[in-house]
Amino acid sequence: MDAAPDSLFPRLETLLPRVAKPIQYVGGELNATVKDWDAVSVHWALMYPDAYEVGLPNQGVMILYEVLNERPDALAERTYAVWPDLAALMREHGIGQFTVEAHRPVAAFDLLGVSFATELGYTNLLEALDLAGIPLHAADRTLDHPVVVAGGHAAFNPEPIATFVDVAVLGDGEQAVLEMTDVVAAWKGEGRPGGRLGLLERLAGVDGVYVPSFYDVAYRPDGTLAHVTPNRSGVPARVSKRTVMDLDAWPYPKQPLVPLAESVHERMSVEIFRGCTRGCRFCQAGMITRPVRERSITGVGEMVQRGLTATGFEEVGLLSLSSADHSEIGEIAKGLADRYQGTNTSLSLPSTRVDAFNVTLAKELSRNGRRSGLTFAPEGGSERLRAVINKMVSKEDLIRTVSTAYAAGWRQVKLYFMCGLPTETDEDVLEIAELAKDVIRAGRAAAGHRDIRCTVSIGGFVPKPHTPFQWAGQATADTIDARLRLLRAAINSDRSLGRAIGMRYHDGKPGIIEGLLSRGDRRVGAVIERVWRTGGRFDGWSEHFSYDRWLAACTDVLPAYGVDLDWYTTRERAESEVLAWDHLDAGLDREWLWEDWQDALSEIEVDDCRWTPCYDCGVCPDLGTATQIGPTGRTMLPLSPVAAAR
Amino acid sequence: MSVPATPRRQSRQREPDGPPPPPVVQRLRLRYAKRGRLRFTSHRDFARAFERALRRAEVPMGYSAGFSPHPKISYLGAAPTGVASEAEYLEIGLAEHRDPEAVRAALDACLPAGLDIEEAVPAMTGGFAERIEASHWRIELAGLDSEAVAGAVAAFLAADAVAVQRMTKNGNRTIDARAAVVTLLAGGTTVDLVVRLTTPAVRPDDVLAGLRHVAGLEPSLPPQVTRLAQGRLLADGSLSDPLADDRG
Repeated sequence: MDAAPDSLFPRLETLLPRVAKPIQYVGGELNATVKDWDAVSVHWALMYPDAYEVGLPNQGVMILYEVLNERPDALAERTYAVWPDLAALMREHGIGQFTVEAHRPVAAFDLLGVSFATELGYTNLLEALDLAGIPLHAADRTLDHPVVVAGGHAAFNPEPIATFVDVAVLGDGEQAVLEMTDVVAAWKGEGRPGGRLGLLERLAGVDGVYVPSFYDVAYRPDGTLAHVTPNRSGVPARVSKRTVMDLDAWPYPKQPLVPLAESVHERMSVEIFRGCTRGCRFCQAGMITRPVRERSITGVGEMVQRGLTATGFEEVGLLSLSSADHSEIGEIAKGLADRYQGTNTSLSLPSTRVDAFNVTLAKELSRNGRRSGLTFAPEGGSERLRAVINKMVSKEDLIRTVSTAYAAGWRQVKLYFMCGLPTETDEDVLEIAELAKDVIRAGRAAAGHRDIRCTVSIGGFVPKPHTPFQWAGQATADTIDARLRLLRAAINSDRSLGRAIGMRYHDGKPGIIEGLLSRGDRRVGAVIERVWRTGGRFDGWSEHFSYDRWLAACTDVLPAYGVDLDWYTTRERAESEVLAWDHLDAGLDREWLWEDWQDALSEIEVDDCRWTPCYDCGVCPDLGTATQIGPTGRTMLPLSPVAAAR
Repeated sequence: MSVPATPRRQSRQREPDGPPPPPVVQRLRLRYAKRGRLRFTSHRDFARAFERALRRAEVPMGYSAGFSPHPKISYLGAAPTGVASEAEYLEIGLAEHRDPEAVRAALDACLPAGLDIEEAVPAMTGGFAERIEASHWRIELAGLDSEAVAGAVAAFLAADAVAVQRMTKNGNRTIDARAAVVTLLAGGTTVDLVVRLTTPAVRPDDVLAGLRHVAGLEPSLPPQVTRLAQGRLLADGSLSDPLADDRG
């Protein structure tokens, strides 16, 4: 398995004129790395299980790609989901799933790491494994096959794909992949003792690494889980997530990839902090990435400069879960705006809270270049519902914020809400219409003219593991669809205001499937496999997603286990119920999560622990971590022309 | 019927802050190539990569005015996606004078191998676009014998018109692939094609469809096509170099 595999490109090349957007399969990205296969001992294929245009900008993959390629004894290449047109031709011509750098067959690598930002990528995992010629089931793999590793936020409940992956990694991947590489290198160097099982046993010894086959799941007669227990010694009863501390020590990506093909983000991103303690109860990302770890103002300045030089992008996104919360965001914005004055370089904060300060920030950031849109996320339509979800935004805050934006010259503001939240009623959702109308009224007054718009964008809420809402019953697709119809009618009821309000939403069905996959257990794996076998791929794309296919697979597969789709989605769980991910530790105390769920039902809000006392979510003491925030008091010096040229 | 803009609406138009962009003081004309696997780059893909290369190479570009300033770049007709080319042309407007060769080398270094900037000359003359009258394509056909190719070429040339179908955004459209063809020359399984620039443009694909239509020519693998030259059509059937007038 170690002889350098031949490039598949000569054979692939003859197929490319017959497929859409062939550039996505040829590689050649700026800052891509191609290393000599024989010069390293560990070979990683990294996959983002969606189309290239979506997967390429993914920060997680880019970071691990660089971290691994910086090692002299390892290489990493990337692979993405292949569209059905090329997949059919690859099967016809016997060409396997390939990496885009050197077009090596994925099956030849030691490890295949797959980053799951969303559960809707699961069928694409199966498609890639099948195209690669890797057995779908981990149990059927031999020494000749890569170790299939799942990572990303969805890996915090990898149970639905437990049959298909060998390993799941919880939490930040930077250090975990390096330690896994050490393990694989040592195991190979020693002549692969114990075979594939021997390797998995060693990998299970790496912190944050979970090997599903080392744990047995027992069920009760009513279909609930009895327990999940290790089936061998030497593996922990609970696997805890990894947390990278000191982001300044991990300034990745240093050389961001720039594709030739158009991607969903035509900009460079710099992660200004990781984690969030705002405590929004629906937000899995905020719960599983704690504590908050800031990159310093100087660290941000260096990454922006180095990245712009390396990529030639003219837009930089300052990424995080709530970017305006950085303790030195004002200084960062001003420092960057000063530095890039007169260069057409624009900066954006893709994720902003409802706060007038954010408009000031956005204005500062767009001083030099194009003005990006402004999006605010009140999430819940009514004050009551916002207390349930712990999104502490008052109607007055929102009106003040958007008025500032319209007065500052923005003509369009986007508001993001969710539908189907716990305890939600029709009235809660109808308040979105009132809110939007008030936004237009206030905006017209603030702007001094009528030429303003507001777009209301609505997503269906999906309860996620490791959040206080992990016990909640999900709203049915019919409920969500009915509420959105009512909302649409309410918005249109006033012609003058309604014309200035756009409404964007999706029907509720994909959310139900996302819910099944999010809170599913190992039995859901059979559903995923059935869906893939009946043609399911690219489930995150409305033109490919088929609710009927998923429903049919559930109907075929789940009755044998005495459960059904509703059991996984719309059923509320009891405190005592064993959840499929209880043996996986995001650092949050289960008791705290339950209390927070009860507080939600009582409409009790909880403050951010960055500026109020600790509310004992459990993360810091459990994991030995601590919030790392500024201000550092340092300043971002403007670059001299000489420095800029380097 | 023209509708006069209302003064009230005018007064609301926001103006960008700051001074207008500096004027263009130098124009450079570039020839570039699209080679190997990067022949699958579409024109839009190239344009984005080229703009990023301009920034990385710190070329002092002239920009358009307005809220979305665009660098001053004009492209002459680009080769289709999947077709290689040795002869693509564009012109850039600079806000400061630069040595053309230094700009060429810097841009080439900032683009991936396969998107290669081959030549740069300062624009000394007008009418750059009018210097492109025709295009010379080389088509490599695989899995065919040379007699079949020669026969198909002869049949194509003998026809007064060869109607072929082309898929467009508005459905199938029939065009004549024959009239615009100046030269069609078979040498083994290689075909050299010179096509006059017309509207709609006749592309190598259309001529290949024509060869299929008149003689059932069906290569077993997709043909590899390379644009070798663009320029004015000379009396002997060859093409002039569109940068020749600027080289001085």
